[in-house]
Amino acid sequence: MSSKKGLHLTLKIWRQKNNKSKGQFETYKISDVSTDSSFLEMLDILNENLINDGKEPVAFDHDCREGICGMCSLYINGRAHGPDTGITTCQLHMRTFKDGETIVIEPWRSAAFPVIKDLIVDRSAFDRVMAAGGFVSVNTSGNTLDANAIPVPKEDADKAMDAAACIGCGACVASCKNGSAMLFVGAKISQFALLPQGRIEAKRRVLNMVKAMDEEGFGNCSNTGACEVECPKGISLDNIARMNREYMAAFIDKG
Amino acid sequence: MSKLDSKIPAGPLKDKWKNHKDHMNLVAPNNRDKIDIIVVGTGLAGGSAAATLAEQGYNVKAFCYQDSPRRAHSIAAQGGINAAKNYQGDGDSTYRLFYDTIKGGDYRAREANVYRLAEVSANIIDQCVAQGVPFGREYGGQLDNRSFGGVQVKRTFYAKGQTGQQLLLGAYSAMSRQIGKGRIKMYNRHEMMELVIVDGKARGIIARNLVTGELERHSAHAVVIASGGYGNVYFLSTNAMGSNVSAAWKIHKKGAYFANPCYVQIHPTCIPVHGTQQSKLTLMSESLRNSGRIWVPKKLEDAVAIREGKLRPENIKEEDRDYYLERRYPAFGNLVPRDVASRAAKERCDAGFGIENNDTKEGVYLDFSTEIMKKGKEAAIERHIHNPTEQQIYDLGKNWVEEKYGNLFQMYEKITADDPYKTPMKIYPAVHYTMGGVWVDYNLQSTIPGCFVIGEANFSDHGANRLGASALMQGLADGYFVLPYTIADYLSADIRTGAIPTNSAPFEQAEKEIKEKVDFFINNKGTHSVDHFHKKLGHIMWNKVGMGRTPEGLEEAIREIEEVRNDFWKNVRVPGDKEGMNTELEKAFRVADFLELGQLMAIDALKRNESCGGHFREDHSTPDGEAERDDVNYKYVAAWEYQGKDINQEVMHKEELIYENIEVKTRSYK
Ligand SMILES: Cc1cc2nc3c(=O)[nH]c(=O)nc-3n(C[C@H](O)[C@H](O)[C@H](O)COP(=O)(O)OP(=O)(O)OC[C@H]3O[C@@H](n4cnc5c(N)ncnc54)[C@H](O)[C@@H]3O)c2cc1C
Ligand code: SF4
Ligand code: FES
Repeated sequence: MSSKKGLHLTLKIWRQKNNKSKGQFETYKISDVSTDSSFLEMLDILNENLINDGKEPVAFDHDCREGICGMCSLYINGRAHGPDTGITTCQLHMRTFKDGETIVIEPWRSAAFPVIKDLIVDRSAFDRVMAAGGFVSVNTSGNTLDANAIPVPKEDADKAMDAAACIGCGACVASCKNGSAMLFVGAKISQFALLPQGRIEAKRRVLNMVKAMDEEGFGNCSNTGACEVECPKGISLDNIARMNREYMAAFIDKG
Repeated sequence: MSKLDSKIPAGPLKDKWKNHKDHMNLVAPNNRDKIDIIVVGTGLAGGSAAATLAEQGYNVKAFCYQDSPRRAHSIAAQGGINAAKNYQGDGDSTYRLFYDTIKGGDYRAREANVYRLAEVSANIIDQCVAQGVPFGREYGGQLDNRSFGGVQVKRTFYAKGQTGQQLLLGAYSAMSRQIGKGRIKMYNRHEMMELVIVDGKARGIIARNLVTGELERHSAHAVVIASGGYGNVYFLSTNAMGSNVSAAWKIHKKGAYFANPCYVQIHPTCIPVHGTQQSKLTLMSESLRNSGRIWVPKKLEDAVAIREGKLRPENIKEEDRDYYLERRYPAFGNLVPRDVASRAAKERCDAGFGIENNDTKEGVYLDFSTEIMKKGKEAAIERHIHNPTEQQIYDLGKNWVEEKYGNLFQMYEKITADDPYKTPMKIYPAVHYTMGGVWVDYNLQSTIPGCFVIGEANFSDHGANRLGASALMQGLADGYFVLPYTIADYLSADIRTGAIPTNSAPFEQAEKEIKEKVDFFINNKGTHSVDHFHKKLGHIMWNKVGMGRTPEGLEEAIREIEEVRNDFWKNVRVPGDKEGMNTELEKAFRVADFLELGQLMAIDALKRNESCGGHFREDHSTPDGEAERDDVNYKYVAAWEYQGKDINQEVMHKEELIYENIEVKTRSYK
């Protein structure tokens, strides 16, 4: 690794003091970035330089740095989570970029995700959609059936797991021209729709979550599929189809 | 006078928890909404506690520094969660889980607590399955299990390589249900800055709204700290970047004792450090040790050639590989506990056999080739493929491995750009989990009345070492099934107290102190960033309070940390304003606390003249390099009492550990 040389890059980064002020792009130069570094480590170096120059560092969201918490975001060169598929920004490595490249870095842009500062947006709309029905209503006392008393076919359990793998990052919303949250909501609906534990209140769940989703200002799905392409966890469009089926069934039943 | 009363109930071990529950005071359902509870942290421990307390009818205020409870660090746990279900019929039982945990913890845990943990473990799985957690299943629809280090039964439940994620989403969904009902008020992007004590009882916190920068006063009848572990004191660790000790440290400074700070778990299977720009280490789940064999070259010249890129691991012949765990520990082989596996890796690398081409030459191989071929052959037989080709066997075996660990392999490839199906993974130990933490009694109450501590933040049931898949178990046991009972016992005296006002002198005082610190940081015209000091601290900690500790090294560490701390308070630079979001200011507060804790860790390590679990003193080892425990003099919990600014003055209290049900033996995995 010591033989690899450092990259020299130009960064165009969206700076915005807070939700009320107007933002603009600022340009920064950075050198000697190891190709083994992650994208966020590259931003750490930039920030260290900015602080040493007496300037304010760039604010960005991150926590686990291993692709699981869903906290990191960033629109990089026009793509959610940057120019690679199936990964989050913290899993993006600098070996993906070329020496001398200019990289444009922006926050998620969507009406339902207002900017808080620089590259950080407010994704609490997702939490509110979850509070509207993203759960199985079971008492937390532990006085329930023995776990093996609810057998689940392996195929269903695996499919439910695939849907449950959503990390709530919001890349689907950010990459959708309508700002739709259908992939996120569809994944949650699917997880429970596939499991016996979730079936009992399936109708209420889908109606309430879809209503909450609309109220939060997420747009509608027009089947362009950008969300699926940019989703770091490979959540498939099938989940949207399943949600639509669940919704229709519940809606007809209600009507 | 020591306040250390562990409050372990009398009676036979297996009846203690039941008897205790039968005799504790209760809060009647109609009185519960007169009581407010603050929960700091929404990981597995805090999330499950908040949901359960709200379900029971208390008013819960929950806090986390992330933008959503779903992002708490518990989300990162990969491997699984233990429970004594004996679904596999391989002889598991409450007693065996209890025994393995006590032994794995090197006989430095409380019997009664560990037994309770083993007892409620089976319930946790029932609860999570009822919530819709998609655990791995067998074709018959039943739950599947895998095995983890330090045990000889299969008792680990898993959801692919994302067990922590699924368990946390389970707790988060239970919380969401209560948030929707208005029973939990959730404070996202809020950090607890200080504990407020009124008339000797924990009655609230000062929190900082991380978006606006405002300081807020929140009162309650009890405060629950569930803020996670402090591994980030080392700067590089497997913990999330924001993981910190601050909430726990703040209550320590207000009177809660801090127990066994030197017990740190170093996880054997992490991706080695790549260079100086690194911010974080990534874990490769321990479950991989079920299928991977760990080795380094037998010949020094091969190790050198590998590091220089002149030789590939695939080209080293079988007889030239040193499968050192299988060699040293034939009974457990690659599945020895973490502390043993970590030290063995260090021993080989110190001897010059490390394979990684980094500054420290530290790294060993985790090789799946044997397993791929073995599983490939099995699959060929199952599919009635006669005389399969090597390639066919390999492909079938690869499929099997992919099904089991695919996401981990992909994660590894993304980080290292190496294909682990073809070439063995490179791994090395890294700081992972902290067994030390705030001292609590059997009721999970700290030495401050009304201040409870759960999950990784307390000194926990793990002893000197934690076995795999037991932290998730402990977090959920505390939150779902223990705290809700024990806190009621305490709160039963509070049903007539009424709401706690926030305009009293203790609230004023606590807020004022935080304000002054904020002003100090913002106005200090320093020369170095917060990270600069954090990295310095981490360097000292890893080298001198890491995998191998000596009295001389620890004494140096104590002095050096103090120097870094003094330098920090003179020369730290925090850009930006106190209003609005300021991530550097957040870090400054956290690193200030790490600098004090780090010193206490070194002091604690120096005081413990023995080796046990995650604490390995080079001057207390056997001739063949194994840990040498001293049960005569050190079979106790060291609980430290804060005495003001000078950390060297902290006073140690001892809680003797009494083993009535288990024979204390030398821990051997040979
Ligand atoms: C990579 C990795 C893999 C692991 N794998 C496993 C495994 O397979 N099996 C296993 O059993 N264990 C595993 N562990 C260990 C286990 O995940 C943790 O010990 C456990 O999840 C800790 O849970 P917790 O609820 O105590 O804390 P956390 O999940 O860390 O939660 C801490 C909470 O406190 C909040 N917080 C912290 N400070 C403040 C503050 N000042 N103010 C407000 N909020 C605050 C945070 O926002 C967060 O909500 C793993 C750990 C890591 C790092
Ligand atoms: S569906 Fe995919 S892109 Fe959308 S929030 Fe979930 S993980 Fe992120
Ligand atoms: S920081 Fe957690 S997913 Fe990127």
